[in-house]
Amino acid sequence: MSKPIVEVRNLRKVYRAGDVDVEALRGVNLTVQRGEFVCVVGPSGSGKSTLFHILGGLTPPTAGEVLIDGQDLSRMSDAERTALRRRMVGFVFQKYNLLPTLSAADNIAIARHIAGKDMAHDEKFREVLELLGISHRLHHKPRALSGGEQQRVAIARAIVNHPALLLADEPTGNLDSKNSAAVLSVLRDLNERMNQTVLMITHDPNVAAYGHRIVHMFDGRIVDS
Amino acid sequence: MVNKLVIENLKFRPVRTALSILAVGIEVTLMLTIVGLSYGMLADSQQRAKGVGADIIIRPPGSSVLSLTSAPLSEKYVAWVQRQPHVKMAVGSMNHPVSGLTTITGIDLDGFNRMSGGFRYIEGRPPMEPDEILVDRYYARQNNLRPNSKVNLLNREWRISGIIEEGRLARLVVPLKVLQQATSNTDRISQIYVTVDDPANTDAVIKDLKSKLEGFQIYSMPELLSLLSVDNVPGLRAFIYVIIGLSVVVGFLVVFLSMYTSVLERTREIGVLKALGATPGFVLSILFRETVLLAILGSLLGIVFSYGTRWLVMTFVPASLSQLIVPGWWPIATAIALAGALLGTAYPGWRAARQDAIEALAYE
Repeated sequence: MSKPIVEVRNLRKVYRAGDVDVEALRGVNLTVQRGEFVCVVGPSGSGKSTLFHILGGLTPPTAGEVLIDGQDLSRMSDAERTALRRRMVGFVFQKYNLLPTLSAADNIAIARHIAGKDMAHDEKFREVLELLGISHRLHHKPRALSGGEQQRVAIARAIVNHPALLLADEPTGNLDSKNSAAVLSVLRDLNERMNQTVLMITHDPNVAAYGHRIVHMFDGRIVDS
Repeated sequence: MVNKLVIENLKFRPVRTALSILAVGIEVTLMLTIVGLSYGMLADSQQRAKGVGADIIIRPPGSSVLSLTSAPLSEKYVAWVQRQPHVKMAVGSMNHPVSGLTTITGIDLDGFNRMSGGFRYIEGRPPMEPDEILVDRYYARQNNLRPNSKVNLLNREWRISGIIEEGRLARLVVPLKVLQQATSNTDRISQIYVTVDDPANTDAVIKDLKSKLEGFQIYSMPELLSLLSVDNVPGLRAFIYVIIGLSVVVGFLVVFLSMYTSVLERTREIGVLKALGATPGFVLSILFRETVLLAILGSLLGIVFSYGTRWLVMTFVPASLSQLIVPGWWPIATAIALAGALLGTAYPGWRAARQDAIEALAYE
């Protein structure tokens, strides 16, 4: 078995909210293998978003070890975590978060530009665009796209640099059932055809069923995996 | 790609972009207009002094280079100067303030005609009666005057006998004796215009006159023209700097507010860029590039507007003010506007660069 893509050991995260310390993660342990599709499920306040942010390098852990493809996030500076986001992590958000001023194509291109890569999409990525079914909508601005199309563009943007880990935070939260199914199918196809590792946060058991494995979180801990 | 993002960002918020460009444009217009007025007024003085046709100018001790509004010299000096070696002709003139920067000039018209070739009459004729006055085209246009129009100056009514081409001697001209009587300055003059028999003798004549007229200000015409500069007008450069300083403050505040609200509005977008791995420097560079573009477009607008203010000045107050277009100041004004704008972007940019990605992504 190859080395896991994500290894989390005794992860703790404490936030300062006003004068009060809030313990968001209380000793999380998690391993995700390369090519796995893992769904993290839990109620609001269970710590799943905090876990998502730490795995994506958006915030440092308070304690514990977080290895992404062997690199320890807990020992990284801000600049190193920024570099990690460019190279190894792709984000898909509930609210799509496309840049409204740019076309779909440019939203994808800017991610490539930030990563310092050539603007021309590679062959593998062309295949992804076909799979996403958005090739014909690339020159439209986000406001001209449906929610489902926007989310598929966001997925394209997240994987344009071939990240080791695709993090999706409630990617169907703003979509109707038809578009939700389409987006989830795309994520599963990416996982199956491209061996893309996916870690998806959701509170919907039906959505979670698309993954290989479901991890349940409660009160900052993984309670069932 | 970044430039495309910058341009699209500016296009996406057209009203704010237009207002920012307009504000920088007004800032640059203000600078270029003040500078243009300063240079224009001096150029106007230079042109009128040159139009006299004199080689040398003699002014009384303690007089200002720019203005002569008293008549401390005895008219007898004119005859004395006339008798000096190599002096071909000497003509006395008198200046008296009318209002604001406008003065009325009295001169021996026959002597002036011989020295300069005379005025060029657009309309009318020289003054023949003691209540007649010549005005130049700018003064006539500004005050809507024609030959035979009446004008009240120095507490008396004058009739316009003729309208002369601008750029020679003064805007308001009457015979010397008439002005002397009207202002109770009989036999007094303000300055003496001198021509020499050979321009090569100018320096020698000046040297001779200086030795005999101690304390008098005696200049060759090129020397006088060179003294009519921004640096020789007390307080003018400081005034220009004050106006420029105020312009920069206005530009700084407008760009600051524009960029500050822009950063607030785009908090989520900044969060997205950071999530994609954009460094603080990348975020900062987007804002600074937007600012540079706004400042350059604003400066171009300001340059165009300065032609507009010049048109307004030359159409409505050509006798009171004169404005030049000074292309040498275009890059200076642009650089000043750019510096103010970049300063205005510094704090919003710093905020954006330091923006926490998670908070930014959660921003509604």
